[in-house]
Amino acid sequence: MHVIESGNVAAATGVKLARTQVIAAYPITPQTPLTEKLSEFVSKGQMTAQYIPVESEHSALSVCIAASSTGSRTFTATSANGLLYMSEQVHWASGARLPIVMCVVNRGVGAPWTVWNDHQDSISQRDTGWIQMHACDHQQILDTVLKAFMVAEKVSIPVMVCYDGYLLSHSYMPFEIPKQEDVDRFLPSFSSDCKLDPEHPLNQNTVTLPDVRPDIHGNMSPGYMEIRHNLQQDLICSLDVVKEVEDRFKGIFNRGGSPFIESYLCEDAEYVAVCMGSLSYQLRDVVDQLRNDGQKVGVAGVRLYRPFPNQAVIDAFSGKKGLVIFEKGISYGNQGPLFTDITSALYQVEERPFAHNYILGIGGREIKTQDLLDTFRKSIQSGRKNEIKTEWIGLKL
Amino acid sequence: MGQDNFGKMKSHSEPGPGDGGKTGSWRVKRPIIDLTVCIPAKSGKVACFACWMYCPDGVITRTIPPVIDYEYCKGCEICAEECPVNAIEMVEETQFADKEG
Repeated sequence: MHVIESGNVAAATGVKLARTQVIAAYPITPQTPLTEKLSEFVSKGQMTAQYIPVESEHSALSVCIAASSTGSRTFTATSANGLLYMSEQVHWASGARLPIVMCVVNRGVGAPWTVWNDHQDSISQRDTGWIQMHACDHQQILDTVLKAFMVAEKVSIPVMVCYDGYLLSHSYMPFEIPKQEDVDRFLPSFSSDCKLDPEHPLNQNTVTLPDVRPDIHGNMSPGYMEIRHNLQQDLICSLDVVKEVEDRFKGIFNRGGSPFIESYLCEDAEYVAVCMGSLSYQLRDVVDQLRNDGQKVGVAGVRLYRPFPNQAVIDAFSGKKGLVIFEKGISYGNQGPLFTDITSALYQVEERPFAHNYILGIGGREIKTQDLLDTFRKSIQSGRKNEIKTEWIGLKL
Repeated sequence: MGQDNFGKMKSHSEPGPGDGGKTGSWRVKRPIIDLTVCIPAKSGKVACFACWMYCPDGVITRTIPPVIDYEYCKGCEICAEECPVNAIEMVEETQFADKEG
């Protein structure tokens, strides 16, 4: 069935179709309509989930951690300062290896107070050990929520599904709601091999000593470092699972197929614009205009930010003349984090493209297609091999 | 590739006695179950066991009647607080010191 609805409703619909069992969330702009829709689904009996109202984001994720520990399929959602308020539990969820799915409706971080879109919130949680996926339109939001549950449960790592506040969350677009029976075929029910069960008492994530030590049966238990190394190894290996899940999804729903980098006219392109989120679709207009001028350009949207798909980046960008990386976030005191990751991946490539980094749209500053066009054109004209630089565009003072 | 290959090192341990030594000596008050009031003891049925469920140290058995392991019970009083029929009384350890030496 096709509908015209908001991005938040697309996300809520995905959560419902996934037969999520426990939801705990605290409203924050621009995520609020998502949690409202979910509570409506539950109160109308359209969804048989436990919706647990909480007094804060820290409690929301704490409830999800407890629910997921008992083997329930669990969801929460937040934005900006809400995500930061739950940050301690964000680290906990991945360390505890709980397959929670969380929508992060991307918004700038205070101070000063802002409710508008950029990517600083989820970027600031980059190193928590969560998988981070970015959706570019409403259909991708719904589809990515379904894929996120499957990936999370296969690899025992929580997943953030990130999408742009207002630009996607509050705008209306057509998208297809898949049939429940097809979703059920795609996504089996969740079972955990290490869950809380009164019949088999278990301590989870208690104080874990620096060194390994024997358990009560005399078998050696991992120390903190082994457990954290295992998380890192599994994150790297989850790249294959993300790809498998994408292929499986495409087999059933005939959509998607680009889990790492979604490219537009990149095959013969000499210069490629790179970014995350809905901006990659806006940049397609810019690419079309530059193509009309005879420029060989393309745009690549990075869909999976953690684990970072280094090989896919090398495959996509080695041999190009230049990369123009547009970002709605920054590692203050250095440069755009996506820029750092991409140039790091390409360091081992002999013929490296130049890479220019533009910070834009911070705190919802309007991103004009003309500005993107001028910037892309300027980069192509002035770029030199092995050159790296970071500039802000759209500044007015 | 799937669940079997992932999450091999989740931090967990099964409860076992004695990691912190014989913690019963920490106790100031001793929980005593009145078996004429305790629901499973009185009814002879598998019922209630709130004390077993709430005991943070797992020193109360899920049996008829429930039995408290005083070698490890720290006397936290949670069982007495949670017992729905107030069958558990907290008695000063000094009262036993004279008798038990």
